[in-house]
Amino acid sequence: MVANNSTKLFSVTLRVWRQAGPGQPGKFVDYPATNVSPNMSFLELLDVVNDGLTLKGDEPIAFAHDCREGICGTCSCTINGKPHGPGKGVATCQVYMRSFQDGDVLVVEPFRAKAFPLVKDLVTDRASFDKIQQAGGFISVRTGAAPDANSIPVPKEDADLAMDAATCIGCGACVAACKNASAMLFVAAKVSHLGLMPQGQPERDRRVLAMVQTMDEAGFGNCSNQYECSAVCPKLISHDFIARLNRDFVSAQFRAAFKPASNATGGAG
Amino acid sequence: MAKLESKTPSGPLAQKWEKHKTEIKLVNPANKRKYEVIVVGAGLAGSSAAATLAELGYKVKSFVFHDSPRRAHSIAAQGGINAAKNYQNDGDSVHRLFYDTLKGGDYRARESNVHRLAEVSVNIIDQCAAQGVPFAREYGGLLANRSFGGAQVSRTFYARGQTGQQLLLGAYSALSRMIGQGGVELHTNSEMLDLVVVDGHAKGIIVRDLITGQITRHNADAVVLATGGYGNVFNLSTYARGSNATAIWRAYKRGACLANPCYTQIHPTCIPVSGDYQSKLTLMSESLRNDGRIWVPKRKEDAGKEPGSIPEADRDYYLERIYPSFGNLAPRDVSSRAAMRMCDEGRGVGPTGLGVYLDFSDAIRRLGEPAVRERYGNLFDIYHEITAENAYKTPMRIFPAVHYTMGGLWVDYNLMSNIPGLFVLGEANFSDHGANRLGASALMQGLADGYFVLPYTIGDYLAGQKPASRPSTDRAEFKQAEESVRAMTQRLLANKGKEPVSHFHKRLGKIMWEHCGMARTRQSLEAALQKIPALREEFWANVNVPGSAETLNQSLEQAGRVADFIELGELLCRDALTREESCGGHFREEYQHPDGECKRDDEKFAHVAAWEYQGEGQTPLRNTEPLNYEFTKMSVRSYK
Repeated sequence: MVANNSTKLFSVTLRVWRQAGPGQPGKFVDYPATNVSPNMSFLELLDVVNDGLTLKGDEPIAFAHDCREGICGTCSCTINGKPHGPGKGVATCQVYMRSFQDGDVLVVEPFRAKAFPLVKDLVTDRASFDKIQQAGGFISVRTGAAPDANSIPVPKEDADLAMDAATCIGCGACVAACKNASAMLFVAAKVSHLGLMPQGQPERDRRVLAMVQTMDEAGFGNCSNQYECSAVCPKLISHDFIARLNRDFVSAQFRAAFKPASNATGGAG
Repeated sequence: MAKLESKTPSGPLAQKWEKHKTEIKLVNPANKRKYEVIVVGAGLAGSSAAATLAELGYKVKSFVFHDSPRRAHSIAAQGGINAAKNYQNDGDSVHRLFYDTLKGGDYRARESNVHRLAEVSVNIIDQCAAQGVPFAREYGGLLANRSFGGAQVSRTFYARGQTGQQLLLGAYSALSRMIGQGGVELHTNSEMLDLVVVDGHAKGIIVRDLITGQITRHNADAVVLATGGYGNVFNLSTYARGSNATAIWRAYKRGACLANPCYTQIHPTCIPVSGDYQSKLTLMSESLRNDGRIWVPKRKEDAGKEPGSIPEADRDYYLERIYPSFGNLAPRDVSSRAAMRMCDEGRGVGPTGLGVYLDFSDAIRRLGEPAVRERYGNLFDIYHEITAENAYKTPMRIFPAVHYTMGGLWVDYNLMSNIPGLFVLGEANFSDHGANRLGASALMQGLADGYFVLPYTIGDYLAGQKPASRPSTDRAEFKQAEESVRAMTQRLLANKGKEPVSHFHKRLGKIMWEHCGMARTRQSLEAALQKIPALREEFWANVNVPGSAETLNQSLEQAGRVADFIELGELLCRDALTREESCGGHFREEYQHPDGECKRDDEKFAHVAAWEYQGEGQTPLRNTEPLNYEFTKMSVRSYK
């Protein structure tokens, strides 16, 4: 991808997936966009196209967005076949039009996966991620019950690695990029973050078992080690964490086999 | 006229909160499950409150307009969270944090609230560390700190440049745990469109499901709003696009007083505007000012030159020059106004002349590029994405942008509004920051309110309500509120005008920024009070909202929010006009010291202005709550 470094306005065609709702027929519709500034963000271009549609009496394109600074994880477009578009380590909202050239056709689709049912146009339902978190993505500590923060030292290396995992924004690009629609990178990030902290040790086994079980039930596939997930992750979370997840999962299962079942499952803490 | 009793406990400042906690009424554990509490919003304040109330045994219903509670805009806070831990042994204390916050707010906050905030700040860090928040650490494994504006100690805890994200994910994990256990019923994609008041008490809300369009009634024994600030009244801001004031505005129209709306914070370090298509301004964390030096050319003829070609002797490091003791860490309002003065003098840089340099070359020479990268790498990356410039090689260009609103719904010491049963937390209330908020204090306040204040104070209200006595949703008040929501939706859709909603939002933002932005005058505010009602009329005559009410309709959502912003903008200007003084983020050009600093008028304006709705087309009533400083002397705020 050659960056478009000029400040000249240019034209592109947006080829956008339009679908009124789940179970309804969908199709690609072309929208020409002229006077595109290279400093405009991709979502700002969608805003401009939508204002044009409104003025013509057409229904604007529904797309998910909020913070527009790459941290809330709401935006979720696949652009030219790649979740979050051509950049590396950025979300859709951080894609700027200088990544494209005059005359380009941008094929824009929602994140597609069985566990992310389509809501409308480019918007999908990612509540399955919340379900996985509710099953065990936490450390059980009641408000007010915490010891002094410096009473438990955490080696800097562990805290830094935990932070690498914890930067996950829950966008689901990893799922959309995976041919199996696996959520392993998402689950691995949370399991690794909490599992690397000393505070996370007491629930380490039950957490990984409960989260993986819920992931499976939600209809996500398995990992077959091609790491498309890491390649598209807007926070560049490493697939090494998937190895950590697998290791935690196997050892938790092993330990669970020697414990009464009630202690080993049910992550509701 | 609304009754504004602050309910501040008596006694010495440092003992008020402890004393109050032992005096407020309790709800016995068996009765707690008989009470239902609605919590609207799931940012730091909302998530922490919902999780903690559920842990205590209350039945909680959490409503968020996002598709997940984790998306609330607290997630975007970058720099850090203050706490008076004194882990650095640099002389910090609860009193110092209290004093800095009160002074930072230009003596326009309640002493008692601010002291409580400083007291519970230490518990917040403990709580978050126990949740597994991966705070930055020293090699010995203990917590690291950095400095923020308006303080001379290092008391800010952080997780790279993503502190808000990590704290929110901590609160979200606590909330998720309680959802999993059945203590919280979560309603996502659900926007509150009205407050239901029964016999003078807040007892429910009306909600629109943003996916199906269904409008539903929800009752409860108390309602908690934690819906954030109203900075998007300026259209361009560092807020998320979806951040809106609808929940607090509709509560205002049901009788809740809105306090000090003119206290808006303009953050000095944001990436400058590049064109009219722009939807958002991106913040560059204040933490950058720890190592970055702010300058403009000394001569305006140099403003168009490449920064590297301007020799050291021709640069004006104006914050270091004007405020030698705080330097680049002068508070936000002070730094923003200084930047504006430089640009007014013609010394602003960049293509529009509306920018100043934030330069890291000294820090890179001193610490090396890898150390700078470790501290601020993600911010430099964001800057590069947006501007295509490499800030390791050339200085960043920054300019002030709307970032936070200190004003909000009026609350008493218990965080309850003047409508009994309606509690307001976090940025949505007005309580702790006075006329200006210091950096790293928003996260502190959101979590203080949600984890450590509301869970105590709500009991005092609920103990006076009979268990399971909440009114049924069949009551006339619910029906009437639902009908008014439906009527507004229908009116918007039936309008079929010629302009999309976004155009009105842009026009409102332009009026607000030009007439009621960083500097305000009687003349500019009076002009705004002419222009905004005219814009409102035009909105209702000419807005075009396509689509239907029974589906995901983002234009409809936005239309309702912009309609509210237009009304709120008018109130904001009215508040700014009547506050004839300068304080913190509210700068009236008529009231300044010869050096351009804020000139307060403590005799006339040492009070909270709490506006009370009087009906459509009527001028709202300006109630006041005097600010009595018993323990601190109101002095001239100086950072020189």
